[in-house]
Amino acid sequence: MERRASNNIFSDVDWVTVLLYLVLVTMGWLNIYSAVYNEDHHVITDMTQKYGKQMLWIGTSLLLALIILIIDEKFYTAFAYLIYGIFLLACIAVPFLGREVKGSRSWFRFGDFGIQPAEFMKFAANLAIAKFLSNQHIKIADYRNTIITLLIIGLPLIVIKVLQDETGLAIVFVAFIFTLYREGLSVNYLLLGFLAIVLFILALLVNNIYLFIIIGSLCVVASLFIRRTRKNLFAIALIGLIACGMVKGTSTVYEHMEAHQKIRIDVLLGRGTVDLKKEGYNVNQAKIAIGSGGFAGKGYLNGTQTKYDFVPEQDTDFIFCTVGEEWGFLGSSLVIILELALILKVIFMAERQRSAFSRIYGYGVASVLFFHLTINVGMTIGLAPVIGIPLPFFSYGGSSLWSFTILLFIFIKLDSHRLSILR
Amino acid sequence: MNPLSERKYIIIGVFILVGLSFIARLFYIQVIDDSYKLDARNQAFRYTTEFPVRGYIYDRKHKLLVYNEAAYDLMVTPKEVKDLDTVDFCKLLDITKDEFLKKMKKAIQAPNSPRKPSVFEKQLSPEDYAALQERLYRFHGFFVQSRTLRKYPMKIAANMLGYIGEADKNLTEKDPYYNEGDYLGISGVEKTYEKVLRGKKGMHILMVDVNNSPKGSYMNGLYDTMSQPGKSLESTLDAELQLYGEELMQNKTGSIVAIEPQTGEILAIITSPSYDPNLLVGRARNKNFSKLYLDTIRVPLFNRATMASYPPGSTFKLVESLIGQQEGVLTPETRYPCSAGYAPLGGHPKCEVHASPLALFDAIGHSCNSYFSYVFKSIIENKKYNDTYVAFEAWRNIALSFNIGRKTNSDLANELRGNIPSIKYYDKVFGKGSWKASTVISLGIGQAEMGITPLQNANVVSIIANKGWYYIPHIVKAIGDNPNDTTLNRFKVKRYTAITDTSIYNNVIEGMSHVTESGTAHLLKIEGVEYCAKTGTAENPHGRDHSVFVAFAPKNNPKIAIAVLVENAGWGASWAGPIATLMMEKYLNQVVVRKDLEKKMMEANLIDQPKWVDPKKKKK
Repeated sequence: MERRASNNIFSDVDWVTVLLYLVLVTMGWLNIYSAVYNEDHHVITDMTQKYGKQMLWIGTSLLLALIILIIDEKFYTAFAYLIYGIFLLACIAVPFLGREVKGSRSWFRFGDFGIQPAEFMKFAANLAIAKFLSNQHIKIADYRNTIITLLIIGLPLIVIKVLQDETGLAIVFVAFIFTLYREGLSVNYLLLGFLAIVLFILALLVNNIYLFIIIGSLCVVASLFIRRTRKNLFAIALIGLIACGMVKGTSTVYEHMEAHQKIRIDVLLGRGTVDLKKEGYNVNQAKIAIGSGGFAGKGYLNGTQTKYDFVPEQDTDFIFCTVGEEWGFLGSSLVIILELALILKVIFMAERQRSAFSRIYGYGVASVLFFHLTINVGMTIGLAPVIGIPLPFFSYGGSSLWSFTILLFIFIKLDSHRLSILR
Repeated sequence: MNPLSERKYIIIGVFILVGLSFIARLFYIQVIDDSYKLDARNQAFRYTTEFPVRGYIYDRKHKLLVYNEAAYDLMVTPKEVKDLDTVDFCKLLDITKDEFLKKMKKAIQAPNSPRKPSVFEKQLSPEDYAALQERLYRFHGFFVQSRTLRKYPMKIAANMLGYIGEADKNLTEKDPYYNEGDYLGISGVEKTYEKVLRGKKGMHILMVDVNNSPKGSYMNGLYDTMSQPGKSLESTLDAELQLYGEELMQNKTGSIVAIEPQTGEILAIITSPSYDPNLLVGRARNKNFSKLYLDTIRVPLFNRATMASYPPGSTFKLVESLIGQQEGVLTPETRYPCSAGYAPLGGHPKCEVHASPLALFDAIGHSCNSYFSYVFKSIIENKKYNDTYVAFEAWRNIALSFNIGRKTNSDLANELRGNIPSIKYYDKVFGKGSWKASTVISLGIGQAEMGITPLQNANVVSIIANKGWYYIPHIVKAIGDNPNDTTLNRFKVKRYTAITDTSIYNNVIEGMSHVTESGTAHLLKIEGVEYCAKTGTAENPHGRDHSVFVAFAPKNNPKIAIAVLVENAGWGASWAGPIATLMMEKYLNQVVVRKDLEKKMMEANLIDQPKWVDPKKKKK
């Protein structure tokens, strides 16, 4: 086995994963063709159209995948920090060096094509996290290490959010929380995060006075059922105070949000009156497109809502609408199942690694893909706020497809050497 | 095992849970909730109606009577109007801003709706349309619906053809085929043959994009229905004869009906005063319509040929002669005296001074009132019945079999029944059993309560020309080039009157021949044509007598039967007679040689007479 592996880079490659990848990419391409279908340029390889360009992105992605498989697996462990540093620098530099395109400062432009370094920050950060946490002497439970890990994640998040003002690209880094959880991050952090989300939503929907009363009562009830040691009572009081602080903080955070973000949250929660022609337009149109698909869909290229531009950005962030409209419940469920199958497959692969680095990296891949899937599909069916992030392997776009391909194939490469220990 | 690896189950669990909740949500909005499908359809589909071309109408020689001209309705869907350059738009349509706002308001208010397209500006001219079409893409919410308008190249037969109107709410509720604003035939042939002429509307489902610009048909037209063009009608009308008749009748009130006896085909049907049918088309229609409708002096929208019931006057003596012979109380040799009137009733009804006594042929020839009073008395007091009322009923039934007092069931819209008074009626007027022949003696000379339409009168002459049978008079002989269309079946059945003995008819025809040779119409000759006629002067209780004339020609193998009535014109031979003979001359000889008479008739203005009053209105 060892010999075969050294002789042939394709041996031990997990072909099921590669196949899932190819299926999703192809389906994405076909749906982009339908979404932006132009009768005057009906050839799917027409390079003046987005579907022609997407073909180019797919081709180059396959080339990238091949290169990644060829490169020695030790390269990724050896240069993890360097790669992280280079892309972080690129992210910092973009707003100053890149050309502004449509008000966005996240692009390097090369003629017709553009590159978003923030997209590549995902795999770079994943490499860095894997490198840091796979160190035998590192225990994430140690709060110092927790802070360093959160810094690795938080730096790009802050740079991309603050300097580039790209909420969608920035918020993805939250996904690594799953990796950290798997690697031993205290459940308390997750519960705290979960509590924060629940309280944020409640604080916007329910009068805050009632919330304070409810939190207070819950604390009293809790203190009746546990051993009333000084320590326990202190913990309950602390949690109660934190909860109240979160409720109070919510309005502050909400007030400091940008107008369009407030609206997106309002739309999701159904707060106040939503004008379906203005702030509610995207989500409403997305739901109409998907909902009108019915059980079996309207048929390929027969979508009206997506093809005739009722749904905005139906080739990129709202590509799932095309699937929902033309392929119906059958097709859209299939896409979710396929995406989820790939994600779960990656988790199973991660769990079979002997190397901690490979496992941690694998969990990062699954986390990032899952986060994209959840937010992207969730926003089109009204279960998540509208955040502009692509559907993995589906949405139109070179940077995102390259980024997902690199992210995934580095793991496939690592996996093909799962029997060796990488540091 | 590393206890941390247990956490993978939590993670996998969360991932699967999210996936399942998404699928559940998709199932709800895609399969269970139908509202999104409706929203999608409302947004992306535009339902357009394709109006079929209405059938053309031709005359019997395939001369075009009615065709269509394209017109364009500017439609608006108020809800879709946005970013409208009102100034530019108003300038283009040549309307003021106030008018614009008024029209928009109308399009929004019931029965229109902001979501439903309704007519903004009706029937744009092709030039306006061309100017608008170029810039229409800039006016969101507006589109053009093409319609067809009727056009009448010869401007004749307005009342026979009828006019087109718009379907109103009442009608759309009764007949779901129509939508409010659809055009349909309201009167005349346009009404009777509406179902044939209209064709079938088509429905197109057009897909539109977010900017409301059309993106082709839905599913390549799978759910579209094609419109079917209306069928054309081949009319029995002789357009040239019709035109000639209308010229003869100008500035006169009255009617001409000419029928081909062998077929029952109506050759000409004239009512005067009439109007140019082109007036009731296009944007000026409503204005013109109310003008015509409110013209109570000339009543141009009133079709006298089928809707005016006049006393038949002396023309009824023909039927009277037939009934007398049928009932066995009259032979050609029967003679009755005349002393310038009917002696038994003190000289009433009155008569002209002429030789006396007369036999049947001369009595018809001179239209002797006294003679036919005797005949009527002999019919009613017929010994074979032993009962006046039974005899009266027999007389009435035979008259009814000539379609007097009974609708002819022709294909002309709005036919009047006419009237032959019944026993029940006279019982009511005079009291049961207290009336007899002498009480109602003027029925014998076609007066009193008797009423007949010019169409019915022409049909009676046609029956005499045929010697006892007829086809229902009709104005359409073929539908879409098919003369055997089932709608026309009733015009192909030969019908007989209660009198079938041709010798009876021969005697009357002989009498009618006397009319033209030595009788009341001896001054009216048609070159090379021997014809049969009967003059009439219908007593008019409201003014001067009506001039009536019925005739057929030639005497042998008749080709045309005609009835003419000129209101308030006096003697039958002075106005109706010349007009009838000119019509027959025109039809049979193609050229009219009596140019002086023709000129006199055409130029005469008899309309400044006391106005004609609808007897129906008068009764009320």
